[in-house]
Amino acid sequence: MRDTERLEAAIEERKDSIQTKGKQKQQLKCDTNSVAGCVSQRACVYCGARVVLNPVTDAIHLVHGPIGCASYTWDIRGSLTSGSDLYRFSFSTDLQEMDVIFGGEKKLARAIDGLVEKYQPKLIFVYSTCIVGVIGDDLEAVCKAAARRHGIEVIPVQSSGFIGNKSAGYRAACDALLKLIKPAENEQISKNNTINYLGDFNLAGEVWIIKDYLQRMGLALNVAFTGDSNYETLKTATKASLNIVQCAGSMIYLANQMKEIYDIPYHNVSFLGLEDTSDSLRRIARTYNDLEIMRRTEELIKAETAAVAPLLARYREKLRGKKAAIYVGGGFKAISLIKQFREIGIDVVMIGTQTGRQEEYDTINDLVDDGTVILDDANPSELERFMVEKGAHLLVGGVKERPLAYKLGIAFIDHNHDRKHPLSGYVGAVNFAQEVYSTVCSPVWKYTGEGGGLDEQRKCCLS
Amino acid sequence: MSKENAAYRDVNENPCNMCMPMGAILPFKGVEKAMVIMHGSQGCATYMRRHIAEHFNEPIDVASSSMNEKDTVHGGEPNLKKGLANIIKLYQPAVIGVLTTCLAETIGEDIDRIAGKFLRENGLDLPIVTVPTPGYGGRHTEGYFLAMKKIVESLARPTEGHGKINVLVPHLSPADLREIKRILHLMDIEYTLFPDFSDTLDRPFEKPYKKIPDGGTRLADIAAMPGAIATIEIGVTLDERSSAGHYLAEKFGVPLHQVPIPTGLEFTDGFLKLLQQLTGRDIPASLVMERGRLLDCMIDAHKYNFQGRSVIFGEPDQVYAHSQFCMENGIYPVVAATGSKNDKLAALLSELFTDCPHEAAILTQTDFARIRAVSANGAANIAIGHSDGRYLEEREGIPLVRVGFPIHDRVGGQRLLSVGYAGTTMFLDRITNTLLEHKYRNYRQSMYDQFYQDTENCRSECAEGRGDENELYCS
Ligand code: SF4
Ligand code: SF4
Repeated sequence: MRDTERLEAAIEERKDSIQTKGKQKQQLKCDTNSVAGCVSQRACVYCGARVVLNPVTDAIHLVHGPIGCASYTWDIRGSLTSGSDLYRFSFSTDLQEMDVIFGGEKKLARAIDGLVEKYQPKLIFVYSTCIVGVIGDDLEAVCKAAARRHGIEVIPVQSSGFIGNKSAGYRAACDALLKLIKPAENEQISKNNTINYLGDFNLAGEVWIIKDYLQRMGLALNVAFTGDSNYETLKTATKASLNIVQCAGSMIYLANQMKEIYDIPYHNVSFLGLEDTSDSLRRIARTYNDLEIMRRTEELIKAETAAVAPLLARYREKLRGKKAAIYVGGGFKAISLIKQFREIGIDVVMIGTQTGRQEEYDTINDLVDDGTVILDDANPSELERFMVEKGAHLLVGGVKERPLAYKLGIAFIDHNHDRKHPLSGYVGAVNFAQEVYSTVCSPVWKYTGEGGGLDEQRKCCLS
Repeated sequence: MSKENAAYRDVNENPCNMCMPMGAILPFKGVEKAMVIMHGSQGCATYMRRHIAEHFNEPIDVASSSMNEKDTVHGGEPNLKKGLANIIKLYQPAVIGVLTTCLAETIGEDIDRIAGKFLRENGLDLPIVTVPTPGYGGRHTEGYFLAMKKIVESLARPTEGHGKINVLVPHLSPADLREIKRILHLMDIEYTLFPDFSDTLDRPFEKPYKKIPDGGTRLADIAAMPGAIATIEIGVTLDERSSAGHYLAEKFGVPLHQVPIPTGLEFTDGFLKLLQQLTGRDIPASLVMERGRLLDCMIDAHKYNFQGRSVIFGEPDQVYAHSQFCMENGIYPVVAATGSKNDKLAALLSELFTDCPHEAAILTQTDFARIRAVSANGAANIAIGHSDGRYLEEREGIPLVRVGFPIHDRVGGQRLLSVGYAGTTMFLDRITNTLLEHKYRNYRQSMYDQFYQDTENCRSECAEGRGDENELYCS
């Protein structure tokens, strides 16, 4: 552990956020502020809020702030829509120096007026960014007045970047959603037998895949939070009788609130990997206590598993013994990935998240083998050292981590919000294995490792 | 020519630019052993890193002082100091750039004072270059030039005269920078190119991995810039106040020559002639051959190009050079647009477009919603600019030739070459081929739609003209 020691010596404050399973006794330090100057890979509150709300397809997503925050988030997600695609536009109040000095409330109000006239939306989300918090614009008041003026919903999202990290943004988004789904004063909620699906953003159609499974089980999806959702469908959310929660990091708060306020119970589920998918479907079926649903569920699991098992077996054969490093946003995803890698014969040697919670790190610790490095809010230097030291063959991460892996000659899996293929369900499990195979077993690595240099003896057409 | 300058608008719909600090990161990436820290909240740095990394496919390490709510109230001095100490430990940089974000500027952080204090307290002798870059203070282009000026301002020292030329470059691709260096080598000219991210942002695969890549303009060379015989500043639309060339001229008397980006025949000619005039060197035969080849390429493609109606967008100097280049080739612009506020560009373009056979709109401080509307109106059929222009492709069917920054939906943005005769030739081929591709894809259908008569008519004509067996072809 020479390298670990060196790093710990380098940045004292990072010490408790890095550990090796089986070596340390104390708990991993997580859920704290990033250390200044450490090149954290974390994003901000606004980013978290935008991830969660952006898939609401027919809403205007208006960023109240200077241009950058909006510019870097224009249409960068792979959420798909079956209806409106207004959510793919980027709207910003583009605050200028004068606005910062004199306040941006009037500009915001005019911006909303203009957008209502041009697009006639039923719903506008107004995101606050760091400086809005500082210059003291009263977002609530401006939104309320605009809503009244136009007779639509204008919902402020309190996502000033510095009030926390991405998780705080998830919470701000959930608060906005709670406002939206709240039934009108005298509205009667008539419950039905449908399911809300929380924490899926319909990347590459993932919500549609799950919707199909539920239908085949004899169940119906009410609305997904928030993949391919819209104003109308979200308004029906309180009618459902069950919530299933996939991305717990972003949605567990919403699920708890809905349980408390609307008496809707919830299950944590995961549709990543065969094992988790089948377990989750069974768990959903069991809640209904209906033999027919159980039978159909088993039928579905059997058929789907049979279809993909041989494919996965083939990949497992090719990938056995490879070692993976994981660095993703949330703990939920990290946990699923450990299991998914196991399904294809790969061991995890390094694992970390940007914003994992304590209980998630406990689960991670239980799942991984001794010697695995676990780290919270890692920086590029740490990722580099541990991947090299642990001999990782591939890294799972986001856009920022990709070039680092490649520069180290390590394979890479994109596990972020702009991917173009689904990783959910049975089809997703195959996609995942296939992606791993396509990167780990690429012939390029022949030339980057030992014996791949210019002076090495390889095929030579002259001899 | 219609000119539009939406100086104050309430909504920016689909932005055509990024914010000031993002642009300011780039020149630092072109200085040897430099590291950057952004003073403000963590999110800004992460977003910008992602944006830059995705374009260059290179790891982009930029630190942040990671201010939180408390620091915002009490001031971020402890954060910035700690951040500086930590990046020195982790990266051992030879120079550090400190940039601000909206947050730090809004609460009035004095980065000069904090940086000075940090150095004194730690007894360090390390250059720290501070650049005030509130995101709302300008677009990324302005941030880029201001950072260049600040770097020169803090590093340049009075120097004995030497024979070198300073070559200051705007935001071009690493491949472009390599091409400019090749031309200088071919002409046997000694130069200091700044910033030079030709290796740092397009580095070869090699082991072991280095946290700060090799390459970049050497600090000693920047220090010696005042001793150069002249400065060539590539950039004619930048503000005097953020011009490193102006600074060197005013403070040290280094003669300044501002030239447009050498893309296109005329601007490359101008660039080479200036080099010749400053150094007395001949333009070598190999470059004359390249010029001939470019001309040959222009002739071969001129009829195809004449059908092009272009929409040109991006950073001001690129828009200017690309507009000139389109004018040379008959790909007459329908719109030329930038997100920056830039009156110089507007003036240059209106002069340039006097020969344009149709109305060409000039948009500054604009967004893509506006560009889209004007392009559609003017029946543009080719877009030239960065990858956010895919919006024009997707919504209006205007094929996009990618050039500039960012390029996120294709690989190789860092290797796109479009300067010099050779680079212009490749660039022109890309444009012509895009026009051709579009034509081949659509002409069968469009001819059919235009000329095909309905079946009844056709059948009778066929029957009359060529006998029964030809009916087959008509029905
Ligand atoms: S505009 Fe300002 S707040 Fe937004 S990303 Fe840029 S520096 Fe940060
Ligand atoms: S200003 Fe705040 S909200 Fe905007 S990107 Fe930066 S941290 Fe996020």
